[in-house]
Amino acid sequence: MIEFHEVSKRYDGGNEALAGLSFTAERGEMLFVTGPSGAGKSTLLKLLALIERPSRGQIIVNGRNLGGLRRRQIPHYRRQVGVIFQDHKLLLERSVFDNVALPLVIGGVPRNEIPRRVGAALELVGLLHKERALPIQLSTGEQQRVGIARAVISRPPILIADEPTGNLDPELSYEVMRLFQRLNQVGITVLVASHDHNLIRRLGQRFISLRAGRLVPPELAGGAYAGT
Amino acid sequence: MPARDSGAQVSRRTLGQRFSAYLAHHRQTLFDGLQQLGRQPLATFMTVAVIGIALALPAGALVLVNNARGLSAGWQGTARISLFLKNGLSDGTVQQLADSVRAHSGVAAVQVISAEQALVDFQRRSGFNDTLSLLGSNPLPAVLVVQPTAAYTAPAAAQQLAQSFGALPQVDQVRMDVQWLKRLQAILALLHRGVLIVAVLLAIAVVLIVGNTIRLEIENRRAEIEVSKLLGATDRFVRRPFLYHGAWYGLAGGVLAWILVLIGLALMGGPVDQLVGLYGSHFSLSGLGASGVLGLLAGGIVLGWLGSWLAVARHLRAIEPT
Repeated sequence: MIEFHEVSKRYDGGNEALAGLSFTAERGEMLFVTGPSGAGKSTLLKLLALIERPSRGQIIVNGRNLGGLRRRQIPHYRRQVGVIFQDHKLLLERSVFDNVALPLVIGGVPRNEIPRRVGAALELVGLLHKERALPIQLSTGEQQRVGIARAVISRPPILIADEPTGNLDPELSYEVMRLFQRLNQVGITVLVASHDHNLIRRLGQRFISLRAGRLVPPELAGGAYAGT
Repeated sequence: MPARDSGAQVSRRTLGQRFSAYLAHHRQTLFDGLQQLGRQPLATFMTVAVIGIALALPAGALVLVNNARGLSAGWQGTARISLFLKNGLSDGTVQQLADSVRAHSGVAAVQVISAEQALVDFQRRSGFNDTLSLLGSNPLPAVLVVQPTAAYTAPAAAQQLAQSFGALPQVDQVRMDVQWLKRLQAILALLHRGVLIVAVLLAIAVVLIVGNTIRLEIENRRAEIEVSKLLGATDRFVRRPFLYHGAWYGLAGGVLAWILVLIGLALMGGPVDQLVGLYGSHFSLSGLGASGVLGLLAGGIVLGWLGSWLAVARHLRAIEPT
Protein backbone atom coordinates (compact mmCIF):
# COMPACT_ATOMS: atom_id res chain seq x y z
CA MET A 1 0.00 0.00 0.00
CA ILE A 2 2.83 2.38 0.89
CA GLU A 3 6.29 1.87 -0.58
CA PHE A 4 9.36 4.04 -0.05
CA HIS A 5 12.26 3.35 -2.42
CA GLU A 6 15.57 5.02 -1.50
CA VAL A 7 13.80 8.22 -0.59
CA SER A 8 15.91 11.23 0.36
CA LYS A 9 14.74 14.65 1.35
CA ARG A 10 17.10 17.57 1.61
CA TYR A 11 15.61 20.91 2.65
CA ASP A 12 16.74 24.20 1.17
CA GLY A 13 18.94 24.92 4.17
CA GLY A 14 21.01 21.81 3.36
CA ASN A 15 19.50 19.81 6.22
CA GLU A 16 19.02 16.21 5.11
CA ALA A 17 15.88 14.91 6.81
CA LEU A 18 15.71 11.56 5.04
CA ALA A 19 18.66 9.69 3.53
CA GLY A 20 17.85 6.77 1.26
CA LEU A 21 14.91 5.45 3.24
CA SER A 22 13.18 2.28 2.02
CA PHE A 23 10.28 0.48 3.65
CA THR A 24 6.89 -0.99 2.81
CA ALA A 25 3.56 -0.99 4.59
CA GLU A 26 1.15 -3.62 3.29
CA ARG A 27 -2.51 -3.00 2.58
CA GLY A 28 -4.48 -3.19 5.80
CA GLU A 29 -1.37 -2.98 7.93
CA MET A 30 -0.81 -0.77 10.97
CA LEU A 31 2.75 0.50 11.16
CA PHE A 32 4.44 2.76 13.68
CA VAL A 33 7.33 5.02 12.76
CA THR A 34 9.45 5.83 15.76
CA GLY A 35 12.66 7.64 16.55
CA PRO A 36 13.87 10.75 18.36
CA SER A 37 12.73 14.20 17.25
CA GLY A 38 14.60 15.28 14.13
CA ALA A 39 14.92 11.69 12.93
CA GLY A 40 12.71 12.40 9.92
CA LYS A 41 9.32 11.10 11.09
CA SER A 42 7.46 14.30 10.26
CA THR A 43 9.20 14.61 6.92
CA LEU A 44 8.13 11.08 6.07
CA LEU A 45 4.48 11.94 6.76
CA LYS A 46 4.73 15.24 4.88
CA LEU A 47 5.99 13.36 1.84
CA LEU A 48 3.01 11.02 2.11
CA ALA A 49 0.57 13.94 2.35
CA LEU A 50 2.33 15.61 -0.59
CA ILE A 51 3.10 18.64 1.54
CA GLU A 52 6.70 18.06 0.54
CA ARG A 53 8.27 16.37 -2.47
CA PRO A 54 11.27 14.02 -2.14
CA SER A 55 14.67 15.17 -3.41
CA ARG A 56 15.41 11.64 -4.62
CA GLY A 57 13.75 8.25 -4.66
CA GLN A 58 10.22 7.07 -5.28
CA ILE A 59 7.12 6.85 -3.16
CA ILE A 60 4.34 4.56 -4.33
CA VAL A 61 0.96 4.75 -2.63
CA ASN A 62 -1.89 2.47 -3.59
CA GLY A 63 -0.05 1.57 -6.78
CA ARG A 64 0.55 5.18 -7.75
CA ASN A 65 3.92 6.84 -8.03
CA LEU A 66 3.57 10.17 -6.23
CA GLY A 67 6.36 11.66 -8.35
CA GLY A 68 4.07 11.42 -11.37
CA LEU A 69 1.24 13.40 -9.83
CA ARG A 70 0.69 16.86 -11.27
CA ARG A 71 -0.38 19.82 -9.19
CA ARG A 72 -4.02 19.52 -10.16
CA GLN A 73 -4.10 15.83 -9.25
CA ILE A 74 -2.90 16.49 -5.70
CA PRO A 75 -6.34 17.33 -4.21
CA HIS A 76 -7.80 14.03 -5.38
CA TYR A 77 -4.82 12.13 -4.01
CA ARG A 78 -5.13 13.88 -0.64
CA ARG A 79 -8.75 12.76 -0.31
CA GLN A 80 -7.44 9.19 -0.26
CA VAL A 81 -5.19 9.89 2.70
CA GLY A 82 -6.61 10.91 6.07
CA VAL A 83 -4.07 12.95 7.99
CA ILE A 84 -4.02 13.59 11.74
CA PHE A 85 -1.74 16.35 12.93
CA GLN A 86 -0.08 16.81 16.27
CA ASP A 87 -1.51 20.35 16.45
CA HIS A 88 -4.81 18.93 15.09
CA LYS A 89 -5.25 21.88 12.63
CA LEU A 90 -8.91 22.43 13.45
CA LEU A 91 -10.65 25.61 12.35
CA LEU A 92 -11.11 27.43 15.63
CA GLU A 93 -14.03 29.61 14.67
CA ARG A 94 -16.07 26.70 13.28
CA SER A 95 -18.09 24.22 15.30
CA VAL A 96 -17.01 20.62 15.78
CA PHE A 97 -19.72 19.61 13.31
CA ASP A 98 -18.44 21.98 10.62
CA ASN A 99 -14.85 20.87 11.17
CA VAL A 100 -15.68 17.21 10.79
CA ALA A 101 -17.99 17.87 7.82
CA LEU A 102 -15.33 19.81 5.87
CA PRO A 103 -13.87 16.81 3.96
CA LEU A 104 -17.38 15.85 2.85
CA VAL A 105 -18.14 19.37 1.65
CA ILE A 106 -14.82 19.41 -0.21
CA GLY A 107 -15.56 15.98 -1.68
CA GLY A 108 -18.96 17.09 -2.97
CA VAL A 109 -21.03 14.77 -0.80
CA PRO A 110 -24.78 15.58 -1.02
CA ARG A 111 -25.87 17.84 1.82
CA ASN A 112 -28.56 15.55 3.14
CA GLU A 113 -25.96 12.83 3.67
CA ILE A 114 -23.63 15.00 5.72
CA PRO A 115 -25.32 15.10 9.17
CA ARG A 116 -25.66 11.35 9.33
CA ARG A 117 -22.02 10.73 8.43
CA VAL A 118 -20.73 13.45 10.76
CA GLY A 119 -22.81 11.86 13.51
CA ALA A 120 -21.31 8.43 12.79
CA ALA A 121 -17.75 9.78 12.79
CA LEU A 122 -18.26 11.71 16.03
CA GLU A 123 -19.84 8.67 17.63
CA LEU A 124 -16.78 6.66 16.68
CA VAL A 125 -14.55 9.01 18.68
CA GLY A 126 -17.14 9.39 21.45
CA LEU A 127 -17.87 13.08 20.89
CA LEU A 128 -21.38 13.05 19.47
CA HIS A 129 -22.59 15.27 22.32
CA LYS A 130 -20.01 17.98 21.44
CA GLU A 131 -21.30 18.55 17.91
CA ARG A 132 -22.19 22.20 18.51
CA ALA A 133 -19.11 23.08 20.57
CA LEU A 134 -16.21 25.16 19.30
CA PRO A 135 -12.77 23.50 19.34
CA ILE A 136 -11.48 25.84 22.08
CA GLN A 137 -14.23 24.61 24.40
CA LEU A 138 -12.78 21.10 24.19
CA SER A 139 -9.87 19.51 26.03
CA THR A 140 -6.68 18.68 24.12
CA GLY A 141 -7.62 15.02 23.96
CA GLU A 142 -11.07 15.86 22.62
CA GLN A 143 -9.60 18.17 20.00
CA GLN A 144 -7.32 15.37 18.88
CA ARG A 145 -10.31 13.06 18.59
CA VAL A 146 -12.19 15.64 16.50
CA GLY A 147 -9.13 15.64 14.23
CA ILE A 148 -9.40 11.86 13.96
CA ALA A 149 -13.11 12.02 13.16
CA ARG A 150 -12.33 14.54 10.40
CA ALA A 151 -9.57 12.30 9.02
CA VAL A 152 -11.75 9.21 8.78
CA ILE A 153 -15.08 10.70 7.74
CA SER A 154 -14.44 10.46 4.01
CA ARG A 155 -13.43 6.83 4.50
CA PRO A 156 -9.90 7.07 3.14
CA PRO A 157 -8.03 3.81 2.55
CA ILE A 158 -4.96 5.26 4.27
CA LEU A 159 -4.66 7.07 7.57
CA ILE A 160 -1.47 8.78 8.69
CA ALA A 161 -0.94 10.43 12.06
CA ASP A 162 1.90 12.65 13.25
CA GLU A 163 2.49 12.30 17.01
CA PRO A 164 -1.26 11.99 17.65
CA THR A 165 -0.65 11.49 21.37
CA GLY A 166 2.06 14.12 21.77
CA ASN A 167 0.08 16.22 24.20
CA LEU A 168 -1.94 13.52 25.91
CA ASP A 169 -1.48 11.66 29.19
CA PRO A 170 -0.70 7.91 28.97
CA GLU A 171 -4.28 6.75 29.48
CA LEU A 172 -5.71 9.09 26.80
CA SER A 173 -2.81 8.16 24.50
CA TYR A 174 -3.67 4.52 24.86
CA GLU A 175 -7.33 5.26 24.09
CA VAL A 176 -6.40 7.12 20.92
CA MET A 177 -4.10 4.32 19.80
CA ARG A 178 -6.80 1.73 20.47
CA LEU A 179 -9.05 3.79 18.24
CA PHE A 180 -6.46 3.57 15.45
CA GLN A 181 -6.33 -0.18 15.97
CA ARG A 182 -10.09 -0.40 15.58
CA LEU A 183 -9.92 1.62 12.36
CA ASN A 184 -7.12 -0.66 11.17
CA GLN A 185 -9.29 -3.69 11.87
CA VAL A 186 -11.91 -2.47 9.39
CA GLY A 187 -9.32 -2.39 6.64
CA ILE A 188 -7.64 1.01 6.78
CA THR A 189 -3.89 1.08 6.35
CA VAL A 190 -2.60 3.09 9.33
CA LEU A 191 0.79 4.77 9.68
CA VAL A 192 1.52 6.46 13.00
CA ALA A 193 4.60 8.50 13.85
CA SER A 194 5.31 8.44 17.55
CA HIS A 195 8.30 8.67 19.85
CA ASP A 196 6.46 6.83 22.63
CA HIS A 197 8.26 3.44 22.71
CA ASN A 198 6.44 2.24 25.78
CA LEU A 199 3.06 2.79 24.22
CA ILE A 200 4.08 1.05 20.97
CA ARG A 201 5.33 -1.98 22.91
CA ARG A 202 2.12 -2.07 24.89
CA LEU A 203 0.11 -2.14 21.66
CA GLY A 204 2.29 -4.84 20.16
CA GLN A 205 2.23 -3.39 16.63
CA ARG A 206 4.97 -3.55 14.06
CA PHE A 207 7.22 -0.49 13.91
CA ILE A 208 10.18 0.91 12.06
CA SER A 209 12.77 3.04 13.77
CA LEU A 210 14.42 6.11 12.24
CA ARG A 211 17.61 7.88 13.23
CA ALA A 212 19.04 10.81 11.27
CA GLY A 213 16.85 10.01 8.30
CA ARG A 214 17.89 6.35 8.09
CA LEU A 215 16.32 3.08 9.13
CA VAL A 216 17.77 1.71 12.36
CA PRO A 217 18.58 -2.03 11.92
CA PRO A 218 16.16 -4.31 13.77
CA GLU A 219 18.69 -5.75 16.23
CA LEU A 220 19.46 -2.24 17.51
CA ALA A 221 15.85 -1.12 17.63
CA GLY A 222 14.63 -4.02 19.73
CA GLY A 223 11.06 -4.65 20.80
CA ALA A 224 8.44 -5.80 18.35
CA TYR A 225 10.38 -4.79 15.28
CA ALA A 226 9.29 -6.85 12.31
CA GLY A 227 11.64 -5.79 9.52
CA THR A 228 10.71 -4.18 6.23
CA MET B 1 -18.29 2.53 11.65
CA PRO B 2 -17.79 4.93 8.76
CA ALA B 3 -14.55 3.38 7.58
CA ARG B 4 -15.88 0.12 6.25
CA ASP B 5 -15.88 0.77 2.52
CA SER B 6 -12.57 2.56 2.25
CA GLY B 7 -13.42 5.51 0.04
CA ALA B 8 -15.14 3.58 -2.72
CA GLN B 9 -18.30 5.50 -1.85
CA VAL B 10 -17.24 8.53 -3.87
CA SER B 11 -17.17 6.80 -7.24
CA ARG B 12 -20.46 5.04 -6.64
CA ARG B 13 -22.42 8.29 -6.67
CA THR B 14 -24.12 9.11 -9.94
CA LEU B 15 -23.12 12.08 -12.05
CA GLY B 16 -26.47 13.74 -11.31
CA GLN B 17 -25.97 13.46 -7.57
CA ARG B 18 -22.49 14.87 -7.84
CA PHE B 19 -23.72 17.76 -9.96
CA SER B 20 -26.48 18.62 -7.54
CA ALA B 21 -23.97 18.53 -4.67
CA TYR B 22 -21.80 20.84 -6.75
CA LEU B 23 -24.72 23.23 -7.28
CA ALA B 24 -25.57 23.04 -3.59
CA HIS B 25 -22.03 24.06 -2.75
CA HIS B 26 -22.28 27.01 -5.14
CA ARG B 27 -25.52 28.08 -3.49
CA GLN B 28 -24.04 27.62 -0.04
CA THR B 29 -20.94 29.64 -0.94
CA LEU B 30 -23.07 32.36 -2.47
CA PHE B 31 -24.98 32.94 0.76
CA ASP B 32 -21.93 32.41 2.95
CA GLY B 33 -20.40 35.31 1.03
CA LEU B 34 -23.38 37.47 1.92
CA GLN B 35 -23.13 36.49 5.57
CA GLN B 36 -19.44 37.30 5.51
CA LEU B 37 -20.29 40.85 4.46
CA GLY B 38 -22.63 41.18 7.42
CA ARG B 39 -20.00 39.98 9.86
CA GLN B 40 -17.97 43.19 9.71
CA PRO B 41 -20.59 45.80 8.90
CA LEU B 42 -18.40 48.89 9.18
CA ALA B 43 -15.54 47.61 7.05
CA THR B 44 -18.02 46.24 4.54
CA PHE B 45 -19.93 49.50 4.45
CA MET B 46 -16.79 51.50 3.77
CA THR B 47 -15.72 49.26 0.91
CA VAL B 48 -19.22 49.27 -0.55
CA ALA B 49 -19.43 53.06 -0.15
CA VAL B 50 -16.19 53.57 -2.09
CA ILE B 51 -17.41 51.25 -4.85
CA GLY B 52 -20.84 52.91 -4.86
CA ILE B 53 -19.43 56.41 -5.19
CA ALA B 54 -16.96 55.33 -7.84
CA LEU B 55 -19.83 53.83 -9.86
CA ALA B 56 -22.32 56.63 -9.13
CA LEU B 57 -20.07 59.41 -10.46
CA PRO B 58 -19.83 58.22 -14.06
CA ALA B 59 -23.37 56.82 -14.01
CA GLY B 60 -24.80 60.14 -12.83
CA ALA B 61 -22.71 62.14 -15.27
CA LEU B 62 -23.81 59.86 -18.08
CA VAL B 63 -27.45 60.36 -17.14
CA LEU B 64 -27.00 64.16 -17.25
CA VAL B 65 -25.21 64.11 -20.59
CA ASN B 66 -27.85 61.81 -22.04
CA ASN B 67 -30.57 64.13 -20.76
CA ALA B 68 -28.89 67.08 -22.42
CA ARG B 69 -28.53 65.12 -25.64
CA GLY B 70 -32.17 64.12 -25.56
CA LEU B 71 -33.17 67.71 -24.98
CA SER B 72 -31.08 69.08 -27.84
CA ALA B 73 -32.33 66.34 -30.17
CA GLY B 74 -35.85 67.50 -29.35
CA TRP B 75 -34.89 71.02 -30.34
CA GLN B 76 -33.56 69.89 -33.66
CA GLY B 77 -36.84 68.17 -34.38
CA THR B 78 -38.59 71.51 -34.14
CA ALA B 79 -35.97 73.43 -36.11
CA ARG B 80 -37.76 76.49 -37.43
CA ILE B 81 -36.86 78.91 -40.15
CA SER B 82 -37.50 82.59 -39.51
CA LEU B 83 -38.01 84.77 -42.60
CA PHE B 84 -37.46 88.43 -41.73
CA LEU B 85 -39.33 90.44 -44.37
CA LYS B 86 -38.37 93.81 -45.79
CA ASN B 87 -39.74 96.85 -44.01
CA GLY B 88 -42.82 98.59 -45.25
CA LEU B 89 -44.68 95.66 -46.73
CA SER B 90 -48.42 95.89 -46.38
CA ASP B 91 -50.36 93.37 -44.34
CA GLY B 92 -51.91 92.02 -47.52
CA THR B 93 -48.56 91.41 -49.17
CA VAL B 94 -47.35 89.67 -46.04
CA GLN B 95 -50.44 87.45 -46.02
CA GLN B 96 -50.00 86.63 -49.73
CA LEU B 97 -46.40 85.74 -49.17
CA ALA B 98 -47.35 83.56 -46.20
CA ASP B 99 -49.87 81.71 -48.36
CA SER B 100 -47.34 81.06 -51.11
CA VAL B 101 -44.77 79.84 -48.59
CA ARG B 102 -47.38 77.63 -47.00
CA ALA B 103 -48.02 76.08 -50.43
CA HIS B 104 -44.45 74.74 -50.54
CA SER B 105 -44.35 70.98 -50.09
CA GLY B 106 -41.66 71.20 -47.41
CA VAL B 107 -43.66 73.49 -45.16
CA ALA B 108 -45.91 72.18 -42.44
CA ALA B 109 -47.07 75.49 -41.01
CA VAL B 110 -46.42 79.18 -41.28
CA GLN B 111 -46.97 81.61 -38.44
CA VAL B 112 -47.25 85.27 -39.35
CA ILE B 113 -45.92 87.83 -36.93
CA SER B 114 -46.84 91.22 -38.24
CA ALA B 115 -44.64 94.22 -37.57
CA GLU B 116 -47.22 95.56 -35.10
CA GLN B 117 -47.47 92.25 -33.34
CA ALA B 118 -43.67 92.06 -33.09
CA LEU B 119 -43.56 95.54 -31.60
CA VAL B 120 -46.23 94.72 -28.99
CA ASP B 121 -44.42 91.54 -28.05
CA PHE B 122 -41.12 93.32 -27.80
CA GLN B 123 -42.58 96.12 -25.66
CA ARG B 124 -44.14 93.63 -23.35
CA ARG B 125 -41.03 91.52 -22.92
CA SER B 126 -38.29 94.11 -22.92
CA GLY B 127 -39.88 96.79 -20.77
CA PHE B 128 -38.58 99.46 -23.19
CA ASN B 129 -42.11 100.70 -23.55
CA ASP B 130 -41.40 104.43 -23.33
CA THR B 131 -38.22 104.37 -25.33
CA LEU B 132 -39.90 102.58 -28.20
CA SER B 133 -42.77 105.01 -28.33
CA LEU B 134 -40.18 107.79 -28.84
CA LEU B 135 -39.12 106.20 -32.12
CA GLY B 136 -42.32 107.20 -33.80
CA SER B 137 -42.21 104.51 -36.46
CA ASN B 138 -42.00 100.77 -35.94
CA PRO B 139 -38.41 99.59 -36.64
CA LEU B 140 -39.34 95.93 -36.53
CA PRO B 141 -40.04 93.89 -39.68
CA ALA B 142 -42.78 91.35 -40.13
CA VAL B 143 -41.65 87.78 -39.67
CA LEU B 144 -42.81 84.48 -41.12
CA VAL B 145 -41.99 81.58 -38.85
CA VAL B 146 -41.81 78.51 -41.06
CA GLN B 147 -42.20 75.05 -39.58
CA PRO B 148 -40.74 72.52 -42.03
CA THR B 149 -42.39 69.15 -42.54
CA ALA B 150 -40.73 66.09 -41.00
CA ALA B 151 -38.93 65.39 -44.26
CA TYR B 152 -37.29 68.81 -44.18
CA THR B 153 -36.12 68.95 -40.58
CA ALA B 154 -32.78 67.30 -41.27
CA PRO B 155 -30.06 70.00 -41.32
CA ALA B 156 -29.22 69.72 -45.05
CA ALA B 157 -32.83 69.72 -46.23
CA ALA B 158 -33.76 72.58 -43.92
CA GLN B 159 -30.79 74.53 -45.24
CA GLN B 160 -32.01 74.02 -48.81
CA LEU B 161 -35.48 75.18 -47.87
CA ALA B 162 -34.09 78.26 -46.17
CA GLN B 163 -32.06 79.15 -49.26
CA SER B 164 -35.02 78.93 -51.57
CA PHE B 165 -37.03 81.24 -49.30
CA GLY B 166 -34.08 83.59 -49.00
CA ALA B 167 -34.23 84.12 -52.76
CA LEU B 168 -37.74 85.61 -52.51
CA PRO B 169 -37.63 89.39 -53.18
CA GLN B 170 -39.74 90.28 -50.14
CA VAL B 171 -37.42 88.43 -47.75
CA ASP B 172 -34.69 90.48 -46.16
CA GLN B 173 -32.97 87.85 -44.06
CA VAL B 174 -33.29 84.15 -43.28
CA ARG B 175 -32.30 82.84 -39.89
CA MET B 176 -32.02 79.16 -39.21
CA ASP B 177 -30.57 78.39 -35.83
CA VAL B 178 -29.10 74.95 -36.41
CA GLN B 179 -25.47 75.96 -36.20
CA TRP B 180 -25.49 76.50 -32.47
CA LEU B 181 -27.38 73.23 -32.05
CA LYS B 182 -24.66 71.43 -33.95
CA ARG B 183 -22.05 73.02 -31.74
CA LEU B 184 -23.97 72.11 -28.61
CA GLN B 185 -24.21 68.56 -29.79
CA ALA B 186 -20.52 68.40 -30.53
CA ILE B 187 -19.81 69.67 -27.03
CA LEU B 188 -22.16 67.09 -25.57
CA ALA B 189 -20.47 64.32 -27.57
CA LEU B 190 -17.16 65.52 -26.17
CA LEU B 191 -18.55 65.48 -22.63
CA HIS B 192 -19.96 62.04 -23.24
CA ARG B 193 -16.56 60.78 -24.31
CA GLY B 194 -14.95 62.41 -21.28
CA VAL B 195 -17.43 60.76 -18.95
CA LEU B 196 -16.69 57.39 -20.57
CA ILE B 197 -12.95 57.85 -20.00
CA VAL B 198 -13.55 58.75 -16.36
CA ALA B 199 -15.86 55.74 -16.11
CA VAL B 200 -13.12 53.41 -17.32
CA LEU B 201 -10.64 54.87 -14.82
CA LEU B 202 -13.12 54.53 -11.96
CA ALA B 203 -13.95 50.98 -13.04
CA ILE B 204 -10.25 50.14 -12.75
CA ALA B 205 -10.29 51.75 -9.30
CA VAL B 206 -13.23 49.54 -8.30
CA VAL B 207 -11.37 46.43 -9.47
CA LEU B 208 -8.34 47.43 -7.41
CA ILE B 209 -10.40 48.24 -4.32
CA VAL B 210 -12.17 44.88 -4.42
CA GLY B 211 -8.87 43.16 -5.16
CA ASN B 212 -7.26 44.69 -2.11
CA THR B 213 -10.22 43.88 0.12
CA ILE B 214 -10.21 40.28 -1.03
CA ARG B 215 -6.44 40.09 -0.53
CA LEU B 216 -6.95 41.00 3.15
CA GLU B 217 -9.76 38.48 3.33
CA ILE B 218 -7.48 35.75 1.98
CA GLU B 219 -4.87 36.69 4.56
CA ASN B 220 -7.47 36.45 7.34
CA ARG B 221 -8.61 33.03 6.23
CA ARG B 222 -5.16 31.62 5.65
CA ALA B 223 -5.57 28.79 8.16
CA GLU B 224 -8.86 27.76 6.60
CA ILE B 225 -7.34 27.72 3.12
CA GLU B 226 -4.38 25.63 4.29
CA VAL B 227 -6.55 23.08 6.04
CA SER B 228 -8.94 22.87 3.10
CA LYS B 229 -6.05 22.19 0.73
CA LEU B 230 -4.72 19.53 3.07
CA LEU B 231 -8.09 17.84 3.05
CA GLY B 232 -8.06 17.71 -0.72
CA ALA B 233 -9.78 20.93 -1.75
CA THR B 234 -9.19 21.87 -5.37
CA ASP B 235 -8.08 25.37 -6.38
CA ARG B 236 -11.58 26.03 -7.67
CA PHE B 237 -13.15 25.06 -4.37
CA VAL B 238 -10.85 27.37 -2.44
CA ARG B 239 -11.29 30.18 -4.95
CA ARG B 240 -15.08 30.08 -5.15
CA PRO B 241 -16.05 31.82 -1.89
CA PHE B 242 -13.69 34.71 -2.62
CA LEU B 243 -15.08 35.19 -6.12
CA TYR B 244 -18.63 35.25 -4.77
CA HIS B 245 -17.53 37.60 -2.04
CA GLY B 246 -16.12 40.00 -4.61
CA ALA B 247 -19.28 39.77 -6.69
CA TRP B 248 -21.39 40.63 -3.65
CA TYR B 249 -19.25 43.69 -3.02
CA GLY B 250 -19.77 44.73 -6.63
CA LEU B 251 -23.52 44.19 -6.48
CA ALA B 252 -23.85 46.10 -3.21
CA GLY B 253 -21.75 48.91 -4.69
CA GLY B 254 -23.98 48.93 -7.77
CA VAL B 255 -27.15 49.18 -5.66
CA LEU B 256 -25.63 52.01 -3.65
CA ALA B 257 -24.63 53.80 -6.87
CA TRP B 258 -28.20 53.44 -8.13
CA ILE B 259 -29.54 54.98 -4.91
CA LEU B 260 -27.00 57.81 -5.11
CA VAL B 261 -28.00 58.59 -8.69
CA LEU B 262 -31.69 58.59 -7.69
CA ILE B 263 -30.96 60.99 -4.83
CA GLY B 264 -28.87 63.19 -7.11
CA LEU B 265 -31.64 63.35 -9.74
CA ALA B 266 -34.25 64.10 -7.08
CA LEU B 267 -32.12 66.96 -5.78
CA MET B 268 -31.68 68.36 -9.30
CA GLY B 269 -35.33 67.95 -10.22
CA GLY B 270 -36.45 71.23 -8.59
CA PRO B 271 -33.82 73.51 -10.13
CA VAL B 272 -34.29 71.85 -13.53
CA ASP B 273 -38.03 72.52 -13.39
CA GLN B 274 -37.29 76.15 -12.59
CA LEU B 275 -34.84 76.41 -15.45
CA VAL B 276 -37.10 74.90 -18.08
CA GLY B 277 -39.96 76.97 -16.67
CA LEU B 278 -37.98 80.05 -17.64
CA TYR B 279 -37.84 78.83 -21.22
CA GLY B 280 -41.55 78.05 -21.13
CA SER B 281 -40.85 74.48 -22.12
CA HIS B 282 -41.73 71.09 -20.73
CA PHE B 283 -38.90 68.86 -19.72
CA SER B 284 -38.18 66.58 -16.84
CA LEU B 285 -34.96 64.70 -16.11
CA SER B 286 -35.07 61.09 -17.13
CA GLY B 287 -33.29 58.62 -14.87
CA LEU B 288 -31.14 55.58 -15.55
CA GLY B 289 -33.97 53.57 -17.06
CA ALA B 290 -34.33 49.81 -16.67
CA SER B 291 -31.37 49.02 -18.92
CA GLY B 292 -29.24 51.59 -17.12
CA VAL B 293 -30.02 50.11 -13.73
CA LEU B 294 -29.36 46.58 -15.00
CA GLY B 295 -26.13 47.74 -16.57
CA LEU B 296 -25.04 49.41 -13.35
CA LEU B 297 -25.75 46.32 -11.24
CA ALA B 298 -24.25 43.90 -13.76
CA GLY B 299 -21.24 46.17 -14.14
CA GLY B 300 -20.78 46.20 -10.38
CA ILE B 301 -20.93 42.41 -10.21
CA VAL B 302 -18.48 41.96 -13.08
CA LEU B 303 -16.00 44.46 -11.63
CA GLY B 304 -16.24 42.88 -8.16
CA TRP B 305 -15.73 39.44 -9.63
CA LEU B 306 -12.77 40.69 -11.67
CA GLY B 307 -11.19 42.34 -8.64
CA SER B 308 -11.37 39.20 -6.57
CA TRP B 309 -9.98 37.20 -9.51
CA LEU B 310 -6.93 39.45 -9.47
CA ALA B 311 -6.39 38.90 -5.75
CA VAL B 312 -7.15 35.20 -5.88
CA ALA B 313 -4.89 34.53 -8.86
CA ARG B 314 -1.98 36.23 -7.12
CA HIS B 315 -2.34 35.11 -3.53
CA LEU B 316 -4.21 31.83 -3.33
CA ARG B 317 -1.59 29.72 -5.03
CA ALA B 318 1.04 30.98 -2.64
CA ILE B 319 -0.78 29.49 0.33
CA GLU B 320 0.22 25.87 0.62
CA PRO B 321 0.07 23.70 3.72
CA THR B 322 3.34 23.26 5.59
